[in-house]
Order: sequence, then structure tokens, then C-alpha cells
Amino acid sequence: MTNLTVHASNARTRARRIALPTRPSLLAGLFLVGLNVVVALAAPLLAPYPPTQPSALDAIEGSSSAHWLGTDQLGRDVLSRVLYGGRYAMLISLSAAVLTVVFGTVLGCLTAYRRGWFDEVLMRILDSVLSVPAILALLVVVTALGSGAPVIILAATIVYCPALIRVVRAAALSVVGLDYVTAARARGEGFWPIMAREIWPNILDVVLVEFAMRASWIMLLVSSLSFLGFGANPPTPDWGLMVSENRSLLTVVPLATIAPIVALATLIVGLNLAADGFAKARGIDRITGGLR
Amino acid sequence: MLLKTIGRRLAYSVLTVWLATLLVFVALQALPGNLAQQLLGQNATPAAVARLDASLGLDRPAWRRYLDWLGGAVHGDFGRSLVSGQPVLSEAGGYLRNTALLAGIVILAGITLSLVLGVVAGLTRDRWPDLAISGFALLGMSVPEFTVATVLVLGFAIDLQWFPAVVTAGPTASIGQLLPAVWLPAASLTVVMAAYIIRMMRTSVIDVLSAEYVTLARIRGLSSRRVLFRHALPNALLPTLNVIAVNIAWLVGGVVVVESVFNYPGIGTLMIQAVHNRDLPLLQFIAVFGAATFVVCNLLADLASVYLNPRLRTPGRAG
Repeated sequence: MTNLTVHASNARTRARRIALPTRPSLLAGLFLVGLNVVVALAAPLLAPYPPTQPSALDAIEGSSSAHWLGTDQLGRDVLSRVLYGGRYAMLISLSAAVLTVVFGTVLGCLTAYRRGWFDEVLMRILDSVLSVPAILALLVVVTALGSGAPVIILAATIVYCPALIRVVRAAALSVVGLDYVTAARARGEGFWPIMAREIWPNILDVVLVEFAMRASWIMLLVSSLSFLGFGANPPTPDWGLMVSENRSLLTVVPLATIAPIVALATLIVGLNLAADGFAKARGIDRITGGLR
Repeated sequence: MLLKTIGRRLAYSVLTVWLATLLVFVALQALPGNLAQQLLGQNATPAAVARLDASLGLDRPAWRRYLDWLGGAVHGDFGRSLVSGQPVLSEAGGYLRNTALLAGIVILAGITLSLVLGVVAGLTRDRWPDLAISGFALLGMSVPEFTVATVLVLGFAIDLQWFPAVVTAGPTASIGQLLPAVWLPAASLTVVMAAYIIRMMRTSVIDVLSAEYVTLARIRGLSSRRVLFRHALPNALLPTLNVIAVNIAWLVGGVVVVESVFNYPGIGTLMIQAVHNRDLPLLQFIAVFGAATFVVCNLLADLASVYLNPRLRTPGRAG
């Protein structure tokens, strides 16, 4: 009976997976994200100049055939810096989003499975972590531990885990009460096999949507940190840092500020479109409230 | 029953804020790293470090310092700023007032605007007004605050020259001095905040319009205006309440970035200064203030939905 149910649900999942790429917003989102990832990976091949090479003679120039997007106040090629500019934030956001999803999924399933005092205590702690606004929490951590990449990854994970744990817990709670989970428990299976075989397939969709959403929020947060001067260090080419560096020249070379903004926006719009499209295709009620 | 639900919510809120103070304290003060050494620099003599340690009270164990801080905080004494030596609360006072002015404008204008746009989008689902509004909302939630602020500066401060690009007034400036400069920061925050509320309100309106009681009201021959304002919208507003609360609390974080773009003398600018100066008591106060704002906003939203929705008054569903 149990096996039958599991197989049936697997078959359903497979059938739905085939029907997936029909959503135009999902396809557009995946295309934008893919484009950004490919550009970031292939930046050394695409960039016409080294991104950190200053050239005093070419400083603060508008668009020209030599420098398509002009140069910044140190004479660095803006196009090259934009092409490289997603690397730092994308790497940090991806690591933090993966860690968030891993910890969030395991803890969310565990607390839904255990219930009782464990659930109660964990929920109260999560509430208090959630109550400190994300950027404030990150600034506190950066003050205490410095602004190295591992610190930011860890801090972003801690800041975004609580919301994910709650979403996963809610999704898992609707599964743990079902007969086939009870049957698995009765067979004497432990938490890990039950989570992997009975719970995980049922919450996979929710987790994927959450992953895309968290990744986009962490990306916004990391860029904001760089903009404030607590993220990427000069001369690293980074979109957030570029905006803060070139902002004073907004009247002279607006492209140097606008280009990184557009690049960042395409990536985040892509992530949001993908999350939206996927959620609609799978009938997930995406919580649009948002805790940034 | 109702009182019990409210009492439980209140108790949880107090517990949450208390836990948040503990977390912030642990992150700032219990972590390794000698504060006195960092404040005095690498060349400080050990005697000078020890003297500063003693005057800051850092020679006592962390749990004692936490209890002292908590005891003071309950009475409104959050310690003294390490930089100016002034009590934290009087140091932050002027900045808090300026942020309150900014936030007040954003909340009044932003929420009204986003609710109206959300309803219009929901009513014109999948037609051009909806597509335009939803596209704007998607873009609004996809760009960080500093980019919205930068684009607005480019358009309204540089091209049109309607508003100043940066604020030159200090924390003690009068409201009249601040007022011309408050609009661009307020607009930047509104764009980002509106995005979430619009999306929620749109979904909510669409859900409610397909509900049976709305269909029934139409069949009964009520005018579509009456159906909308008396039957649909009050119910559509309910799920949006929590989103609004979360976004008001988000403002406390959002202002950090936007205020620093415009050099607006509010709590966010103060926080960036505190981070640069490693002014821990000040930083601790702002973080705890943010947490308390968040908890209070959520509590108010919860109470409002309990008040508006009789079904929530039984504790089982209030959860």
C-alpha cells in the first residue's frame, strides 16, 4: 500500500515535470538567469580589457568604439567591469542560497516531524532572528566579524534560514500526517529515510521556488552591502560597488552607473520570473509578502 | 477566549524581542575580538587597553554586562555612545525623528498608492492596466533600493532639478528644512515597498472576486460598485494586512541604504556611522529598535485581523 502510494506520487511528479516548460515567464526567467551565468563564467573571453586595469589617459570617457560603455574615473573599461561584475555577488548569493535551502529543508522537515517542545522552542528562536531586519543583522555581523566573503555567506544564511524553515515546515506538516508516513514510522524507519523518501518528493516544488526567491533576495542584499562599502572590496568589479563608485559622476558618464544597474536588474528579474512561472506551473501559492 | 488569544500574542511578542536582544548582544559583545584594542589601535600600550576595558566595563563577564544592559534598557537607558559619550537615546533622538518623518510619508503615500494600484490590477486581470502595474511591481522588487534611488536622482535631481540630490541638513534640522529633501528618499522607498503590497493585493482581489459570495451578490442584482466596496474589498484587504505590517518593519532596514544614498540624517545614516566607528552600544540599540518595530507591527496586524475577521477569534485557528 505504502509503496503503491509513493510510486503513484512519483509518477505524477514525472508527468508534471514533462509539462513544465510551457510557461513563457518561466522560459524568459531561465533565459535571463542563464545569460547572466554564462556571461559571468565567460567574462575572461568576452571582456575587451582586464577589468581592474587603470589607465589615467582614458579616464571618464563616454561611449566610443574603443570603450562601448565608456570608462570610469580610473580609466577602467566599464563594459569589461560589467561583464565581470556579477561574479562576486553571484558566487556569494549562490553559496548562501544553497546553504539556506539545505539547512532550511532539513530543520523544517525535522521540526515538522518531531513537533512538541523542539518545534515550540525552535519557532520562538526563529521569530526573534526574523525580527531583526536583514540589513541590520548583516551590518551587526559585519561589525563583529569583518566583511570577508565567508562571513557574509554565513550571515546571509543565518538571516534567511528562519523564513525558509517556516515555509518548509508548513509544507512538510501537510505530509507527515499522511498514512504512508505513519506506515513508514510503524515499519521502524528513522527520520532520514522518511525525509528522503516520503517527505522530500512532496516538498521539492516548494523548495525550488523558495530557492529562486532567496537567491534573488540574497543577491539584492549582497549588492546593497557592496554599495554601502561592506561587501566587495575595491578594485573588485562588482555591480553594487560600481554604482557607489561611479555615482558621483552621474552627470558626466551616466552609463558607468546605469550599465551595472541594468545588469543586476536583468538577473533579479530573471530569478523572479522563473520563480513566478514555476510556482504557477506547479500550482504553488507563492507567498509574495516578502521578508527582505 | 478573545482576551486569551490577545494575551498569548502579547507574551510571544515580549519573548521575541527579549530573545532578539540576547542574539544581538551575543553577536556584538560575546564574540572574540578585543574592542578596546581595536578602538585604540595596534600601538596602544597594554595599560591603556586595560584602562579603557575597565572604563567600558569590558573586564566583567559577558553575562553580567548583558544583565546590566537589559536592566538599563527596561528603564530606557541603553548605555552611552562610545564615540560621543552621550546617552544613546539622546544621541539617536534627532535621527529617529527624521526617520519617522520619512517613514510616515512613505507609509501614508506608499500604502494608499499600492492598495489602489493592486485593486486596479486585480480588477483588470491580464489586460493592459494589469500588465503595466504587474510589470512595474516585478521591476520594483527586482532592483535594490540604491538603484531606484540612483535612477530617481538622475531623473528628478539632475535632469529636472526639482529636488535636491543630497540632504545638507544635519540631525537637528527643523522639519521645514528637511521637507524639500524628503521626497526623493520617500519615493525610492515607496517604489520598492509598493511592489510587494501591489502583488499581494492583486492576488487577493482576484481570489475574492471568484468567491461564491461575490457571485451571489452579483446574481442578487447589486450594483457592481456595491459588490466591490461592500463585499469584495474588505475581505481582500485582510490577507494584505500582514504584508503591509512586514513592509513597514522592512522600512527600518530599507532606510539604511536609501538614507545613505541621500545623506539623509536618519537612523540608517546613524547606523552606518556606528558600524564605521564600532560604536557598539549605539549599534545594539538600533538593531534592537528594528526588532521591536518588526514585532510591534506584526502584533498590530495580527490584532487587526482578529478584529476584522471573526473566524480568527477562536484560538484553534488563530494558532
